[in-house]
Amino acid sequence: MDIIIVGCGKVGSTLAEQLSNEDHNVVVIDEKAEKIQHVTDRLDAMGIVGNGINHKTLIEAGITTADLLIAVTGDDEKNLLCCVIAKKTGHCQTIARVRNPVYNEEIEFLKKGFGLAMIINPELTAANEIARIFQFPSAIRVDSFAKGHVELLHFKVSENSKLLHLKLANLHQTFRTNVLVCTVIRENNVIIPNGDFEFCAGDIVAIAAERRKAVDFFHKIGYVKNRVENAIIAGGGKVSFYLAKSLIQSEIRVTLIEIDPKRCDTLCELLPEATIICGDATDQDLLCEEGLENTQGFAALTGLDEENILLSLYANDVSNAKTVTKINRSSFNSVINELNLGSIIYPRVITADYILKYVRSMNNSKDSNVETLYKLADGKAEALEFLIKENSAVAGIPLQNLHFRKNTLICCIYRNGKVILPGGQDMMLAGDSVLVVISGYRISDIKEILED
Amino acid sequence: MNYSMVRYILGFILKFESAFLLLPSVVGLIYQEKQGIAYVLTAIICLVLGHILTKKKPASSTLYTREGFVTVALSWIVMSIFGAVPFVLSGDIPFYVDALFETISGFTTTGASILNDVEALSHASLFWRSFTHWIGGMGVFVFIISILPLMGGSTMNLMKAESPGPSVSKFVPHVKDTAMILYGIYILITVCEVLLLCIFGMPLFDSLTTSFGTVGTGGFGIKNDSLAGYAPSLQIIVTVFLVLSGINYTFFFCLLTRRVKEAFRMEEVRWYLLIILAATGIIIYDTRSLYPTLSETIRHAFFQAGSIITTTGYATTDFDLWPSLSKTVLVVLMFVGACAGSTGGGIKVSRMLIYFKTIRKELSLIIHPREIRKIRMDGRVVEHATLRSTNVFLVIYFVTLLCSTLLISVDEFDFTTNFTSVVSMLSNIGPGLNLVGPTRNFSIFSVFSKFVLMFDMLAGRLELFPMMILFMPSTWRRKG
Repeated sequence: MDIIIVGCGKVGSTLAEQLSNEDHNVVVIDEKAEKIQHVTDRLDAMGIVGNGINHKTLIEAGITTADLLIAVTGDDEKNLLCCVIAKKTGHCQTIARVRNPVYNEEIEFLKKGFGLAMIINPELTAANEIARIFQFPSAIRVDSFAKGHVELLHFKVSENSKLLHLKLANLHQTFRTNVLVCTVIRENNVIIPNGDFEFCAGDIVAIAAERRKAVDFFHKIGYVKNRVENAIIAGGGKVSFYLAKSLIQSEIRVTLIEIDPKRCDTLCELLPEATIICGDATDQDLLCEEGLENTQGFAALTGLDEENILLSLYANDVSNAKTVTKINRSSFNSVINELNLGSIIYPRVITADYILKYVRSMNNSKDSNVETLYKLADGKAEALEFLIKENSAVAGIPLQNLHFRKNTLICCIYRNGKVILPGGQDMMLAGDSVLVVISGYRISDIKEILED
Repeated sequence: MNYSMVRYILGFILKFESAFLLLPSVVGLIYQEKQGIAYVLTAIICLVLGHILTKKKPASSTLYTREGFVTVALSWIVMSIFGAVPFVLSGDIPFYVDALFETISGFTTTGASILNDVEALSHASLFWRSFTHWIGGMGVFVFIISILPLMGGSTMNLMKAESPGPSVSKFVPHVKDTAMILYGIYILITVCEVLLLCIFGMPLFDSLTTSFGTVGTGGFGIKNDSLAGYAPSLQIIVTVFLVLSGINYTFFFCLLTRRVKEAFRMEEVRWYLLIILAATGIIIYDTRSLYPTLSETIRHAFFQAGSIITTTGYATTDFDLWPSLSKTVLVVLMFVGACAGSTGGGIKVSRMLIYFKTIRKELSLIIHPREIRKIRMDGRVVEHATLRSTNVFLVIYFVTLLCSTLLISVDEFDFTTNFTSVVSMLSNIGPGLNLVGPTRNFSIFSVFSKFVLMFDMLAGRLELFPMMILFMPSTWRRKG
C-alpha cells in the first residue's frame, strides 16, 4: 500500500519504521531536512522535505495515487488541514493526530466533518491504558479485546510465586481455574508454551480470560492486589490530565504534582475534584509529604524519561504502590525492562499499534477483519483480534482439523457474549471474535494462520 | 566493522560474477572457440568461492555507512581480480597485470586498453570486455539490490556508495523498486540501441558490444580503430545514444511517469546539453579545414564531444591530430563529465553547477558581507552537508590527480601523456592525448604505473570516497 506520513517526530518515525518493515511504500514529509535524512538513512522509505499542507509537496509525495495519509505533526490544526487537502486532491483515506483536550469532546464531529477515517490521540490512548492497569493492578499490562469482554493480562512471575517450577500441564489441576496461558516472555524472547513448559522467576506471562475469571485466578496464585483507591500522578502534561479525568470518573482519588504554576491553574480549573500540588515531583520530601508511602497507585508521567524511571524506582522502594512509568524514547529497552519499574507505557508504540491495526484492516479481505492489534515484546509477537466473516476459509471447521502454522495460538473465541477457551472440537463461526497470538510472522487476515 | 556481513556480501558478489561469466562462455560456444572453456572454469571457481563465503549467515545484518563504503570498494576490487582470470586462462592476455588493468578498465567503464591488437582477441573475450562495461555502468549493487531482498533499510548505504553524484535520489519509496526502475531504463536504452544498430546494418555481435560500451559509457571497441570504420549512419546513432546515456536517469523516470515539464526543467540536464552544443560548436569552427565536407566535420565534432563528456571514449577520428584549441576543449570536457545519476564519470555537471554557484555566492558576499544566500538546484536549497562533501570531492579529485601524475612520471613520458592519462582514468574516459591518444594504448606504462592507474580508475568510478576510506586505519578497527 502507498502510505504518506506527514510529520517525522517520534510517532511519525516509529510509524514509518513499522510500516516500511511491513513492506508498504512509505513516503515521509517533514520540514526539517535533517529529520528526513535520519529516517531515509535508516529505513527503506522515501523522504521529502517540505510542508505537508503544501499542495505541491503532497503531489510530489504521490498523493494522487496514495492509499492512506497519516498526519502526525506537532500541530493539531495543521494535521486536520493536511488531511482535508489530501482528501480534496487524491482518493486516500486519512488519519490525523488531534490531541488538544479542547477538541477531544468533538472528536466524532471532527471525524465526520473532515471525512477522516480515524483520529488518534496518543495521550488519551496512553491514559486509558494506564487507567486499565490501575483497575487491575495485579497485571503489569492489560490489553483488552472484544470490546473489553476479554483481556490479555500480563504479569511477572516473582521469586516466591506459587507458580515457580510448576509445569503448565499441571496448572489447571493445581489451581482449578479456567485460564489460558498465551505467551511467556523470557529474556525478551517470546515463547508460546506447551504442556512441558515450566515457569521461572522473571517470566512475563500473559493469560487470556474474562475479568471475573482472571480475578479468581490471581487470588488463587496469591497475587492479591485490589483496585487502587488513590493515586499520585507526577507531571501535569496531557497524559496526566486525561488519566486524572478518567480515574476521577471511576472514583479514584487523584493527587497531581506539577511544577509550572500556570499549568497548575489550568489543571485546577479543568479538574475540580483532583488535588493539584504545585511543586517539583522529583523532590523526595514533597513526595513523602503527599503520602507516597501509603499511596496505592503511582504514575510517573513527566516529560523526561530518566526522571520517570528514577521516580518509579523510588516509589517501588518506599511503597507497595502499583507504579506506571511513561517512556517516550524506545532506546535501551533491554536495560529498562530489567529495572523494577512496574508497568511501562510507550505512548508512541501504543499509537503505532493502533494505526497498524487500521492499515491491516484496510486490506479488506472477505475472510475476516482485524479488530484489535497489540505488539508483544518489542514486536516479536502479536496479539490480534479478528472478526470472522461469512464464507471464511476457517469457519465451521473443528480446530483439530485445521493445520496451523508454527508459533500460532488461538487464545479464545468470543461468541454471543460468551468466552470460549477453544479445544480441538470447537470451531470458529461467522460473527465470532477470535483472539490469536502469533510469533515470527505477520498476518492481516485470519486465513493466513493456516499452513499453505 | 561488521566483518562477517562484508564477507557475506563479497560471497554474493562472486556468485553473481559467476553467473555473468556464463554469458561469454555461451558466446565462446556459438563461435566454437576453445577460449570459452576459460570462462566456464572461472565461473566455477567464483561459484565455489562464493558458496564458501556465503555458507554462514552473519549474526547481524546491519550495514552502517562505513560498512557500505568498504563493502562496495572491496567488491569492485574482488570482481576485477576474478574478472581478469579468464583473460589469462584463455591466453588472450597472458600477463596477469595487463589482464587486471583491462578488467578494471572494463568494470569502471573507462575503456582504456593495453592491447596493441584488439582484433586478435577471441569473441568470448571481446564480449566479456564489453559486458564488464555494461555491468559496471549501472553498478553491481544496484543490480543485486533490484533482484534480491538483501537487508531492508541498510541497502541504501550500498546505493549511496556506488551511485554517481553528490546525492542519491530515490524515485519510489523502496530501494529495491528504485533499483529495478534504474535497471529497467538501462536495459530499455540498451535494447533500443542494439535494435537500431542492427537495422542500419551492423552485425549483431558488433552492435551488442558497441551498445554495452555506449550505454555503460565504457568505450572498449572491438576494432583497432574504435568506431572509425563504421558507416556514418551508425556513428550518428551511437552519438545520439552516447548523449542519452550521460543524462541523469531521473530525467527518464520523469518522462516515463509523464512529467515532461519537470524533466525538461532539470537544470543539470539543460546545462549538460548546452555544454555539449557549445563544445561541438567550438570544435567545428576549429577543425573546419581538416575534413573534406562540413557534414563530416560536424559528425566528428559532435561524436567526439559526446564521447568525451559522457566519459565513454569511443573515437571516430584521431582527435590527437586536432588543433590545440579543440584538444583543450576535450580536456575540459574530461573534467566536467556527465550528469549525476547517469552511468558516466567525471566530476559531474551538477557538481560543476554547485561550484559555479558557490563562486558566485562568495563574490556576492564580498559585496554584501552580511548577505544570507542559499545555493539552489532546481529551485531547492542545497543542504550544507551536500555542499561540504561536494567541495571536499573536488579537493580529493585534484590531490589524487596531482599525486598520480607525479607517480607515473617515473616512467619519464611527456607531461601531456601523463596528465591526460590520469585525468582520463579518474574520469573513466579511456583515451588521453599524445602517447595515449585514441589510436594508441596504455601498454607503454610500467607495472607500477599501471597499478597507480588502476587505483585511479576504481577511485574515479566509485566517486573517490569509498576507495579513500580503505586507507583510513580506523575503518578496520573493530572498536570505533
